[in-house]
This record gives sequence, structure tokens and C-alpha cells, in this order.
Amino acid sequence: MLAVTALSVVFMRDLFAIVMLFGIYSLLSAGFFVTMEAVDVALTEAAVGAGVTTVLMLGTLAMTVRKEKARVKPSSLLPLAVVTITGLVLIYGTLDMPYMGDPDAPVHQHVAPRYIEQSYEEVGMPNIVTSVLASYRGFDTLGEVVVIFTAGLGVLTLLGVSGDRRHEKRPAVMEHHLVLKVITKALIPLILLYALYIQFHGDYGPGGGFQAGVIFGAAIILYTIIFGLTKGEQVITPLFLRYMMGAGVLIYGGTGVLSLLLGGNFLDYDVLAHDALHGQHYGILAVEFGVGVTVTAVMISIFFNFTGRSTLSKDEE
Amino acid sequence: MYFAISAAILVVMVLALARALLGPTVYDRILAVNMFGTKTVLLIAVFGLISGRFDYIDIALVYALINFISIVAVLRFFEYGDHREQES
Amino acid sequence: MAGILDMLSWFFLVGGGFLGITGAVGLFRFPDFYTRLHAASVTDTLCAGFIVLGLVLQATDAMMVFKLVMILLILTYTSPTAAHALAKSALHGGLKPLTDLDANNKSGAESTQPEGESPSTP
Repeated sequence: MLAVTALSVVFMRDLFAIVMLFGIYSLLSAGFFVTMEAVDVALTEAAVGAGVTTVLMLGTLAMTVRKEKARVKPSSLLPLAVVTITGLVLIYGTLDMPYMGDPDAPVHQHVAPRYIEQSYEEVGMPNIVTSVLASYRGFDTLGEVVVIFTAGLGVLTLLGVSGDRRHEKRPAVMEHHLVLKVITKALIPLILLYALYIQFHGDYGPGGGFQAGVIFGAAIILYTIIFGLTKGEQVITPLFLRYMMGAGVLIYGGTGVLSLLLGGNFLDYDVLAHDALHGQHYGILAVEFGVGVTVTAVMISIFFNFTGRSTLSKDEE
Repeated sequence: MYFAISAAILVVMVLALARALLGPTVYDRILAVNMFGTKTVLLIAVFGLISGRFDYIDIALVYALINFISIVAVLRFFEYGDHREQES
Repeated sequence: MAGILDMLSWFFLVGGGFLGITGAVGLFRFPDFYTRLHAASVTDTLCAGFIVLGLVLQATDAMMVFKLVMILLILTYTSPTAAHALAKSALHGGLKPLTDLDANNKSGAESTQPEGESPSTP
């Protein structure tokens, strides 16, 4: 099914249909991850790929054309040959690698057993993915948060900070969908609550900062979609969003600096409390919270920016 | 066995995918994606029961919410769109 | 007791699977978008309900039952709403449902009406 979807994405011209098919593609990937028992990754893929990415791509479509231009066809032999050769070389390279899940592979001999066996004693939480992400590889996650922050900065720089004020004169696009409005009003608090649950339950089950941030952002995006950008901006002002973006990264870095000041290394959570285990708990809590805050703010900012410039809806005329 | 149920859901998903590829109007495609999404939620929940891990139900829950949000977003961006613009 | 629970859950699961397949077949056989919407959304919600009920009867943990019930509530809440919103959008977008008039006009050769007489509007 994945191959069929991918091929049809390449050959179709209607960009709108392609966005829909992308949604299906990311669903299938999430299904893949579930069969491979990678629960956290499946959660992130489901939340990000099928939800927010589709919404943002639709926002882009609303700003640009709907059909792909007919491709002028120069000789496509050379690119095809390059791609095929690269693909074959890559496959040849992987022939040497050990099978997935092979217990004799070097990864499984040295690195993984250390995490699996000692993670509970050193960090004290059942979810090994979170402990690796936030504690053992804390620097990498700091890099990821900064990357997300930079992406938000990039969008704001390219598309303008305060957006158009034109949207204030328009009525909301979905004014007459009464049923949708009523149901969504009842649903949004539940979604926000669930986002908080995933944020703080990340220690024990799948979840953590990224997924929670995306779901929180998706709830606000839902509100903005149905009730209009003006009301959405009254709920969370763009100024507050900008502060949030920076605050998340600051919380993350601040935890690292705090552990420096308390006598340990940068991002060494052991020194944050009287006891190493408690220190790890507080550290991971703070760090994941920072991640969640930044991801939420960036998602909502990008969406506000895209919607403020959309030219598709007819009530502009 | 649960595999029969998973097989049934997979068959439905393949049919929905076919409709998404064919569907003459865009609304057909939106409908097919909606159905695909709901079936994915069910598939993940059934997988969770087959493998005995409780965590999969969280994923199913997230996905049910995201599916709804995605469909609403599509409708909003397509509100006064042209169904007459068929696939050439 | 366990046997009865098992049988009941099997009944629900199989029923849900049957409903799902019916809905998917309906997606293909119906002539018009609105009829397809009707088939897809009704069977979708019911199929989801049945399958989740079947899973609830098989669950081993109270937390699992609670989460499954939440999934059931969310799907029951949002699936019909999405179908309604879709239908409303399609109507606003100008997609016209297939009426009897169209069918009569299309099958003009096989209709039993006498020549030159236009079909009466209902």
C-alpha cells in the first residue's frame, strides 16, 4: 500500500489530492512503526505527519496554485541513471550490515544493553525512550529544540512578523457550520487535557514533550480553523507565542546551566536534587516541558502566519 | 483469531485507498481519507490487543483526534472550492 | 463467565468487521457522492463502535477499558460531525445530488413516456 501511495503521489497532478494522499502515506508509516513496536515514534508520526503537516501543507496550497504545472521534459535519462546507481550502491552497502534485531550486532552488544539494563537504576523511569532522549542524549535533544525554534524563526522572518491585518474585517470562514462549532467547543478542552496527560505521562508510557506540544498546538489550530483567525489570535496573541518560543529553549538551556551552577556538568541532572534519582526526574520533567512549550508555540505561530495570508477564501472580495 | 479482524480492516483500508485514488470529485477523496483514518485507529487498537501492550491505545486515541482535526482543516481550506475542477 | 464474555466479544468483533466491509463495498457501488457519504459514515461509526465494544470485553486492565471507552466516545462524537460538515461543504461548493430527474433524462431511450412529453417535476 505504501508503494502504491508513493507512486500515485508522484504521478498525480492535482496538488490537493496529493496532500490527501500524503495523509494516507503518513498513516501507513505510523502503522509500520506500530508493527515494529516503536511506540513513541508511531505516536509522533501519527500526531505530526497526519495532522499538522497536512494542515500546514493545505495552508501553503491556499497561498499558491492548485495544480502542478506541466513539466517540460528535457532528457530525464541522466537523473534516472544517477538515482538508480545511488540506490544500488546504497543497497549494496546495507548487505554488509547485520540483520535488524540480530543479537550479535555491535549495537546490541555494547550500547543497547547498557541502556536497557541500567536505565532503570540510573534514571528511575520505565520508559527507556524518554530516558535516552532526555537524559543520556540530552545534548541531541537540546539541538532538536533549537532546530524547531530556528524553523519558527525562519517562518516569521520570511513571512513577516505581525501578518496582515486584513483578516480582522472578514467574518470567520466557517460561520454557518453550527453543528461543528458546538461539537468542537466541547471537544477542545478534552484535547488539551489529553495533551497534558501525554506530556507528563511520557515517563511511563509513550509520549513526552514533542508529541504533547504537537497535540496542544493542534487543539488551538482546530479552534482557529473553526472560529476564525481573529478569535484565535485573541486566545493566544502572537506576541505571547514569540515569548513562548524563546521560553521553551531557555528552560531547556537553563536546566543545563543550573546543573552547572550546582556543581555538576552541563545537563547533568544528578546534582539537581538531594538524590540522583530525584534529580533525574526533575531534570527530565523540566526539559520535556521546555520542549513541549517550544513545539506548541512554533506550530501555532506557523499556522497563524499561513492563515493570515491565505487568498483562497472568497470573502476577500 | 484477531488476525481475521485485522485482515478485514486491512481489506477495508485497501478499498478506501482505491476510492481515494479514483474518486471523481475531491469530496470523494476527503471521504475516503476520513474512512481510512478511522480504520487506522481501529487497526492500531486491535494490534494493541494482539501484542498485549497497553501503550498502543494511546496512539489510537491521538490518531482519532488528529483525524478529526485534519478533516476539519481540509474543509476549511476548501470551503468555497471548485468541485468542477476534475482530474484531467 | 469467561466463555460468555469471549463469545459476546467475538460477536461484536465479527459484526464490526462485516459492517466495515459493507461500508467499503458501498463506497464503490453507489452512484453519487452523497449516497457514498451516507454509506461510508453510517457504517464507519457503527463499525468502530462494535469493534471497540468487542475489544472492551477482551480487555484485562481497568485503565485499558477507560481508554477504549474514550476512543469510543470520541469516534461517536466526531465521525458523524465530520460527515455532516463534509456534506454541508459539498452542498455549498455546488455539488448537486443525483436526483430522479437526471436518471430519467439519461435513460431517455428506455423510458416509457410518450414522445415529446417532458418529465413532470415533483
